[in-house]
Amino acid sequence: MAALVELPEVATESKIQVRALTREYDHGHQRTLALDNIDLEVRRGEFLCLVGPSGCGKSTLLHMIAGLDKPTSGQLLIDGSTIDGPGPDRILIFQELGLFPWLNVLENVEFGLKVRGVPRKERRERARHFIQLVHLSQFEHSYVHQLSGGMKQRVSLARALCLDPGVLLMDEPFTALDAQTRDLLHDELERIWAETGQTIIFVTHNVREAVRLGDRVVVMSYRPGRIKREFAIELGRSRSLEDPEVTLQAKEILAELRSEIDKAVHAEYKNA
Amino acid sequence: MRKSLHQIGFFAGLIAIWQIVALLKIWPPYLFPTPASVWESLHAGFADHSFWIGIGVSMKRVALGYAVSCIFGVALGFATAYNKFLSETVGRMAVSLQSLPSICWLPMAILWFGLTEKAILFVVIMGSLLAITISVQSGLRSIPKIYPMAGRNLGARGWRLILYVLLPASLPHLTVGLKQGWAFAWRSLISGEMIFVTLGLGQLLMMGRDLNDISQVFAVMILIVAIGWLVDTIFFRGVERALQNRWGFATN
Repeated sequence: MAALVELPEVATESKIQVRALTREYDHGHQRTLALDNIDLEVRRGEFLCLVGPSGCGKSTLLHMIAGLDKPTSGQLLIDGSTIDGPGPDRILIFQELGLFPWLNVLENVEFGLKVRGVPRKERRERARHFIQLVHLSQFEHSYVHQLSGGMKQRVSLARALCLDPGVLLMDEPFTALDAQTRDLLHDELERIWAETGQTIIFVTHNVREAVRLGDRVVVMSYRPGRIKREFAIELGRSRSLEDPEVTLQAKEILAELRSEIDKAVHAEYKNA
Repeated sequence: MRKSLHQIGFFAGLIAIWQIVALLKIWPPYLFPTPASVWESLHAGFADHSFWIGIGVSMKRVALGYAVSCIFGVALGFATAYNKFLSETVGRMAVSLQSLPSICWLPMAILWFGLTEKAILFVVIMGSLLAITISVQSGLRSIPKIYPMAGRNLGARGWRLILYVLLPASLPHLTVGLKQGWAFAWRSLISGEMIFVTLGLGQLLMMGRDLNDISQVFAVMILIVAIGWLVDTIFFRGVERALQNRWGFATN
């Protein structure tokens, strides 16, 4: 199946622009600088991976692009217009997924269409199409607790795709999965990305995963979160986590990241 | 199965001990009845319809009062959970008023409404509404943040966020609140009925005292417990079980 993946044409126009973005948090009289002067441009149809140690603010950045959090200063643009709150043009896939346990798979997937007032018949049809895309047709009437971890990931992916957002924001989605399921989902995500032409921003702390999936890997520093370096990944698709080229490239990025991870670990020990 | 065997065994043992104590005649029979005389009392009460009428009247009152409490209690619970001002004012007041036994509302109710149905409804509502408010409020606050966040992310806002996300997400907590409200409503009703209102189970209980009929007192008390238990078991357990199956926490 992997050989059948057709690469989307790489457009050069920019889809998302982050300009001089800063985010500070108030903890009583103490202020924490979570993100410092972030500049980032994501092209339409690009698969961008953000890596960094935990606490570098990569999830915060993703939440802000999703419109669930506001920057302290700086600009966030999608298709040239300012991001102000959540919108149908970009959907966040949470690390904890946030699937609704009171709805079955079909109802979860059609949720975004339902709250937009799309008629029942139309939204069912659309939801079924995306459930099929993630190979869950047999499970459309199952409830969330009856699904495995990998299946839940796929439901959450279908739920986002159902709105045809244009931008998928994925916050460490595959962290809690076993290796085999994760490999499978990498393949599926790549296929779906190629088929739907979504722009994807994928946050992870796993460098090899980032190299496996991304057109570009952006390394962030630990507290305050800054963009440390960018790597264009020019390896052919579809890649595998075990490819020697992937490993080699990951090693190079990891070397860049190492000092940041050390800082993060150090800070955590000090607080413990 | 084993659980119900244990329960049957326990209650059979209890009745046996009761019978033995009664036969020992430590207290005279007009103070401590035998199981058989209580059974006769129950039988007679149902035969002359007085118990049926009592149950009917009490159930009607509690249904009305409880329904009002549910509607306003849930609404108030939502309001205090999501509005900081209301939480600090109305929410605090609700908690303070909870320390007031519901029967304390009765003198006020009688002065306001006289010896009428309205007065007893007032007592039932005041006894259960705030309990529902408080538990709905704390239930809503314990909804995992991820649900409203995911809902907003998918485009739900305003009343749609409430109806499609917050309400279903709070359902397990909501049923706990409504169940507690039911217990409070039932207790408030019976204590209110004991003091002044005609008909109803509380009145039958007091009638037993006035007639010096200890068997009737026992019989009506058993009825009150039985009805409370039945509603709890048949209705609320059923709802809880259905929710658990759907939500998938049947195992905890």
